[in-house]
Amino acid sequence: MFDIVKEASGLVSHGVSACAGCGLELIIRNVLGVLGEDTTIVIPPGCSALFCGYGPNAGMRVSGLQGNLENTAAYAAGIKAGYAMQGNHHTTVLGFAGDGATVDIGIQSLSGVMERRDKVMYICYDNEAYMNTGIQGSSSSPVGAWTTTTPGGKPTRRKDLLRIAMAHDIPYCASASLANIPDLRKKVQKAKDTDGPSLLHIHCPCPTGWRYHPSKTIEVAKSAVQSGAWLLYEYCDGNITVNTKFKELKPIEVYFSLQGRFKGVNDEGMAEIQQQVKSQYEALLALAGLE
Amino acid sequence: MQRQQEKPTSKLRRFRLYGPCSHVFDASHTGSWRVERPDVAFDKCVKCGICATCCPANVITVDKGSAECVRIMWDYCKGCGICANECPQKAIAMIPERSVK
Ligand SMILES: Cc1ncc(C[n+]2csc(CCOP(=O)(O)OP(=O)(O)O)c2C)c(N)n1
Ligand code: SF4
Ligand SMILES: [Mg+2]
Repeated sequence: MFDIVKEASGLVSHGVSACAGCGLELIIRNVLGVLGEDTTIVIPPGCSALFCGYGPNAGMRVSGLQGNLENTAAYAAGIKAGYAMQGNHHTTVLGFAGDGATVDIGIQSLSGVMERRDKVMYICYDNEAYMNTGIQGSSSSPVGAWTTTTPGGKPTRRKDLLRIAMAHDIPYCASASLANIPDLRKKVQKAKDTDGPSLLHIHCPCPTGWRYHPSKTIEVAKSAVQSGAWLLYEYCDGNITVNTKFKELKPIEVYFSLQGRFKGVNDEGMAEIQQQVKSQYEALLALAGLE
Repeated sequence: MQRQQEKPTSKLRRFRLYGPCSHVFDASHTGSWRVERPDVAFDKCVKCGICATCCPANVITVDKGSAECVRIMWDYCKGCGICANECPQKAIAMIPERSVK
């Protein structure tokens, strides 16, 4: 299908113009590493579109389509239905979209897929803002975060994508992070094997938008998990499994201080956010029946 | 802007497809972005492979059998420094690209 000009050891080209240290690049390599060649990927505009390539040049060696910001999930469902008509029941159809393309602009089409029980896999890599167009705040940007549209720090809390998915009672959804790559790969495999819609919400540190040195991507991802800013759990056939449990969460201040985007948060704000993070973690444990 | 292709993407008649369609699997020379480069102290390396699994560009190979056990594809390494930051042995240092060593 492809004219190979430069070989690569995986399905993704080595020279892709994502920023140095981009978490997304590591995520997409691992995702396609698990899913393999028999995949069709639907990508909306956003930083992930860098992997679609430019002009005739492709950045990935799998079939795919670059769609619109509003309808990644709908495209994926249509392609899956087309494959089924052709008698192809094996190809994984993956929607791979950013947070803006998922929790804001594409939420209706994703909701439709979840309601119709289309056998589509959907991944939201969450870099917590509209990065590709210049760091505008999204409804996944965390409270307190600087973005170009929230110059004084975002005043409101983020939308909880997984709770929205759980409200649709889909067979499998989970959060994942670069803090634990083997766990991420395991979840990609599970999502692939799910009979029905599956959703992964992957935390995606972005040095450009979060204002930290590119070398700290994994460190920031780990700190988010340890502080409870990013909770790792799975929802499988109605049961919640919490993947990382803590006796005590690390202070959110540690996570914030690694990044420039939280510089504007004062002591009072910090205490308030700390309280929110703690109660979110406790609410998750309660939801999982662990308390 | 993408232009309409003049040649079909595939020579197979069943799949003859006219663009705009990316069909050339290529790689940009992202190594030219580098301002710092990872410098590996091979004697400190315990060959755990963490640098390779953490590399976003997937350009690191850890070869257990070789004395120069960490190999990097310089054409594509962007010099982000994640490998140096994650190495548990602190065996990788980031040095300015133009320095002589
Ligand atoms: C309907 C519509 N509105 C706006 C845009 C412009 N646009 C292109 S990419 C992008 C950012 C997408 O953000 P996100 O989905 O979070 O991905 P990221 O760039 O952060 O990876 C925007 C707003 C568009 N393509 N379509
Ligand atoms: S802006 Fe952020 S998400 Fe986009 S390519 Fe750069 S580091 Fe990656
Ligand atoms: Mg985003």
